[in-house]
Amino acid sequence: MEKMKVLAEWTYTPAPIERGYTRKTLYVNVGEPRMEIKDVSQDMIDTFTGGRGFDLKLLWDAVKDTTKWNDPENEIVLSGGPLCGITQYPGAGKCYAAFISPLSGQTYDSNSGGYWGPLSKFSGFDAVEIQGKAERDIILFINGDEGKIQILESNLKDLNAYAVTETLHEYFAVDEADKRNISVISTGKAAETSYYGCMNMSFYDTRRKVARLKQAGRGGGGTIMRDKKIAAMVVKFSKMGGNLNNVVDLDTLQKVGVKLHKEIHDLDDVQCKMRKVGTAHLNEIMDEYHLLPTNNYKFGQNPAEIAKIHSAVYERLFTQGMPDGCWYGCSMSCAKAVDGFTVQTGPCKGEKVTVDGPEYETVAALGSNIGVYDPLWTIEANFYADHYGMDTISLGTAIAFVCECYELGLINRNDTNGLDLKFGNKDDIMELIHRMAAGKDEFASMVAKGIRYMKKAFAEKFKADARTMEAIGMEGQGVETSEYVPKESIAQWGGYYLTLKGPQHDEAWLIFMDMVNKQLPTFEDKAEALHYFPNFRTWFSLVGLCKLPWNDVEPANNRIVNEPREAAKVPEHVQNYVDIFNAVTGKGIRKEDIITMSEKVYNFQRVFQVRMKQGEAFHNIPLRALGPVFPDEWEARREYYDGKLREIGIDPSGLSTEEKIKKLQEYRLGMWEGLKMAVYKRRGWNKKGIPTLETLKRLGIDYPDVVAVVEKYSKPEDNFE
Amino acid sequence: MRWLKTYAEKCINCGKCMDTCSKTYFKEENPSLSRVVVTNPGAGQNISVCNQCGACMAVCPTEALYRDKNGVVQLDKSKCTSCLMCVGFCPTGNMLYAASKQTEPFKCVACGLCAKACPTQALVLIND
Repeated sequence: MEKMKVLAEWTYTPAPIERGYTRKTLYVNVGEPRMEIKDVSQDMIDTFTGGRGFDLKLLWDAVKDTTKWNDPENEIVLSGGPLCGITQYPGAGKCYAAFISPLSGQTYDSNSGGYWGPLSKFSGFDAVEIQGKAERDIILFINGDEGKIQILESNLKDLNAYAVTETLHEYFAVDEADKRNISVISTGKAAETSYYGCMNMSFYDTRRKVARLKQAGRGGGGTIMRDKKIAAMVVKFSKMGGNLNNVVDLDTLQKVGVKLHKEIHDLDDVQCKMRKVGTAHLNEIMDEYHLLPTNNYKFGQNPAEIAKIHSAVYERLFTQGMPDGCWYGCSMSCAKAVDGFTVQTGPCKGEKVTVDGPEYETVAALGSNIGVYDPLWTIEANFYADHYGMDTISLGTAIAFVCECYELGLINRNDTNGLDLKFGNKDDIMELIHRMAAGKDEFASMVAKGIRYMKKAFAEKFKADARTMEAIGMEGQGVETSEYVPKESIAQWGGYYLTLKGPQHDEAWLIFMDMVNKQLPTFEDKAEALHYFPNFRTWFSLVGLCKLPWNDVEPANNRIVNEPREAAKVPEHVQNYVDIFNAVTGKGIRKEDIITMSEKVYNFQRVFQVRMKQGEAFHNIPLRALGPVFPDEWEARREYYDGKLREIGIDPSGLSTEEKIKKLQEYRLGMWEGLKMAVYKRRGWNKKGIPTLETLKRLGIDYPDVVAVVEKYSKPEDNFE
Repeated sequence: MRWLKTYAEKCINCGKCMDTCSKTYFKEENPSLSRVVVTNPGAGQNISVCNQCGACMAVCPTEALYRDKNGVVQLDKSKCTSCLMCVGFCPTGNMLYAASKQTEPFKCVACGLCAKACPTQALVLIND
């Protein structure tokens, strides 16, 4: 590629890292352009810890109450956290991104593996803040080796992710060995029309000799990148070492890390098989428990087809025996890839490529949920979703909604511009995906904007029935539901729909605890779980860790020495986290402090949502998430659902299926309201879901501007007794 | 391939091999820094040392572990990120580490100095 023109350039001296922090953040305004290096105060560390916490603090200060996703003051903020970049413990390379989301109009945080998080910290920054809008396509380059920030005029011919990433690894590396010192954040052409554009963060695979892509997929970060005319963000740092975080206690860090490496070595093959199939080991398990989304979450199982997408099939497709960690030291090694895959359709047709994934969520979203049971098709759809810059989860769930609307006759072939979008009609669905990237087809562009947008647009443009779409459109807070059927677990209603940012799978996954193991019998039990687990999981996002090594492997005696509810927390691994946090930072936290650290940020983010929604940050749940909507859903598990009615004292005999559905819906809506109130109360919020002043004070986040938001939107009648 | 063969039944647990090894590579006589590990579990001696099987090479994310022309598995420190996955995945527990000395792991490179120091030929350097 020809040399790119430098539009702006600044030099800096990379700050040394002490105990996991550089205590500096980088601000770049790509519009003006302007660069500033900000200090991180001790109070910022004590309150927000790092990672997502730093992201949200910087974003809070950057936006106005009225900021929309495509306003220039919206930012993409990226941060790893104090543990990010350690190599001794698995899963320590995560980077967290926060921004005002085009899907939800409030903050979203999304995380990715790859090397961006560690390399940007080693380049001197605890966080990187991007604001403004460029006039033409640019590339932001952070050169940690030379202490240089550049805005370059992009001369990339293809803006899609694999092309951008490969080209830029080549462009910025001096030789083949240097490629692993680079990480590229890219998106793709579809992010220019879609609201769920993803950010791909790369790492260079020295064995395969290709750049691999991991995704901060959710929420529309890629959409904002393209709105800012950012073609890519690149970081380079070459002086990799074993203790760049300058930790306090390397000895403990090594011992705890080796303990987990050994555990994974000894147990992964008999537990989750993450090293062989990654998260795709869940496919048949979810199907068995009626949890695998099938045809827009209508069903949770498809006995006739599941064998085709069994994890054993994926195990054969994934190249085995490779160290597939997305950061150094991740022995969980779940970043599986399909090598030598020949693309069948679209602009890359005929090319042999390495495809990252698919992971479980993608197998379900671009598989069972849209009625497709063809792994090769799913791999191709996964490839193009990444390449075009779309979140596979939102894409799949949005298409599932479209297919159901189509089969119900709410939209027709004329509306879809000729596509026959029945469930499982692979060729036409793939064509729809290509049209999204091309950006010229009006219908495809509607699908690309997500379910909340489609519900309104289909009603206005195609006169589709709004009530039906409201019932079957699987979104919460504007964000598409990820890939578990939540119908039968009251706790999981909360795990998905009482979340900070919408129904994703990184807050609480309580289906097994609730339904299979029956560990959460009362509302209070569920509320406690919906307090503990979201906060516990938030901690990973503050320090720069991946969640998977927490409970996708367990010590052999976890379920012997702990009672079942305690075992779900994997206490030995919680202690590992306490030990490695203290080993890096020297802080001396106890395990209880993990929850308090998270609560500060969790509640701050909730107030942030209230602020951006002008007090109307509501938690909605679609009827499909609560139970069957149509008779065929009920009839598919008639005995089961009739039994559910009997459990609540309703005799199903003599009732039509429609009547039964209505009665169960009424009951479950009441349960949903009850759950919501119990959870709000446990979290220290009022009846409208606004954290109380007491909660802010208890957590030390009673900053004047935070208090002002709470006071502005809280009413005395909304207080709990 | 060059490797260190062990004859535990000949070992008298004098510790000379461990002293030689740690002195050679870490400049101090300290069994906890030795790449050959002799223990006395009760019934007799146990000698544990790398057999150059190469399982560590397969898990190394940066290809820092490689087999040299003599068949010995070596660590290229310039490529190593000190992740210690090789330690956790060594089938015989012979990839070692010591934070007080270096961030990287260390292992037997079949130099043979311990075998020379052994008074009973419990350790023999093999070229086969």
